[in-house]
Amino acid sequence: MQLRPSVLDPAGEATRAAAQRLGVAGLRQLRIGKMVEMELEAATIEAARSEVELLSDRLLANPVTENWTLALEQCE
Amino acid sequence: MTVGVVVFPGSNCDRDLAWALEGILEIPCKFLWHANKDLEGAKAIVLPGGFSYGDYLRCGALARFAPLLEEVRKFAEAGGPVLGICNGFQILTEMGLLPGALTRNRDLHFICEPCNLVIGQSKSQFIADYQPNKIINLPIAHGEGRYFCNSDTHELLEQNNQVLLRYQANPNGSVGNIAGISNKAGNVVGMMPHPERACDPQLGGTDGQQLLRALVG
Repeated sequence: MQLRPSVLDPAGEATRAAAQRLGVAGLRQLRIGKMVEMELEAATIEAARSEVELLSDRLLANPVTENWTLALEQCE
Repeated sequence: MTVGVVVFPGSNCDRDLAWALEGILEIPCKFLWHANKDLEGAKAIVLPGGFSYGDYLRCGALARFAPLLEEVRKFAEAGGPVLGICNGFQILTEMGLLPGALTRNRDLHFICEPCNLVIGQSKSQFIADYQPNKIINLPIAHGEGRYFCNSDTHELLEQNNQVLLRYQANPNGSVGNIAGISNKAGNVVGMMPHPERACDPQLGGTDGQQLLRALVG
């Protein structure tokens, strides 16, 4: 989950300022997001995708302030 | 006329509210546990400040799924008065009963200080006893109180006079200096300042009294 580009990210800005003090001069943008790892049982990859999409839209991200992307991997 | 104060695990202004309502304003109130499904006949509902469910994930994001809040939603949609203070405001936006979201303060600090606020033009019952543009003083105490919405939503809020309270000096970077808003009908209100902490004259101010009195009309 990542803050939408139009939403100020004060924590990202503060971190970017610290990175410059560390001597990394070329850092033009730093934005902090969140990553969620989950294991989900589903019959098909499509079913898994739609469950995770529901979770992302309704619980994990706030659509007013955040965008999200997802990546699926098959596991045992 | 009983006011219901919703209690979540992590609420910490529920007792302050009960003291302000019952102890000072003599308005009967009862605590409503988040896991129940019954408003117990309350004629107005307050969602108090605090850190519901630890404010994990996002402030108010988990509280939204509390069983009691389904009843609060029905109550609000039927026109019942609902006031969300601080964490309660965050919960109302997460529920979608109020537009926008509350995000991390611009300067990252948790801010705990008295604040001058300008009363808006709204027709909401919650500010009916205040003169528009009057300046009142209420304390704020939050780390994530920067009101955010997109410019279309902001325009609608202004057009419909849904802004109830504005910071005189913006402490947290909120869009349009917004400190409190209502829904279009005016019966659902959220605000970051704490009126319950400005009711007892011995604690430095009584500007919050009329806001809480408005719960019972």
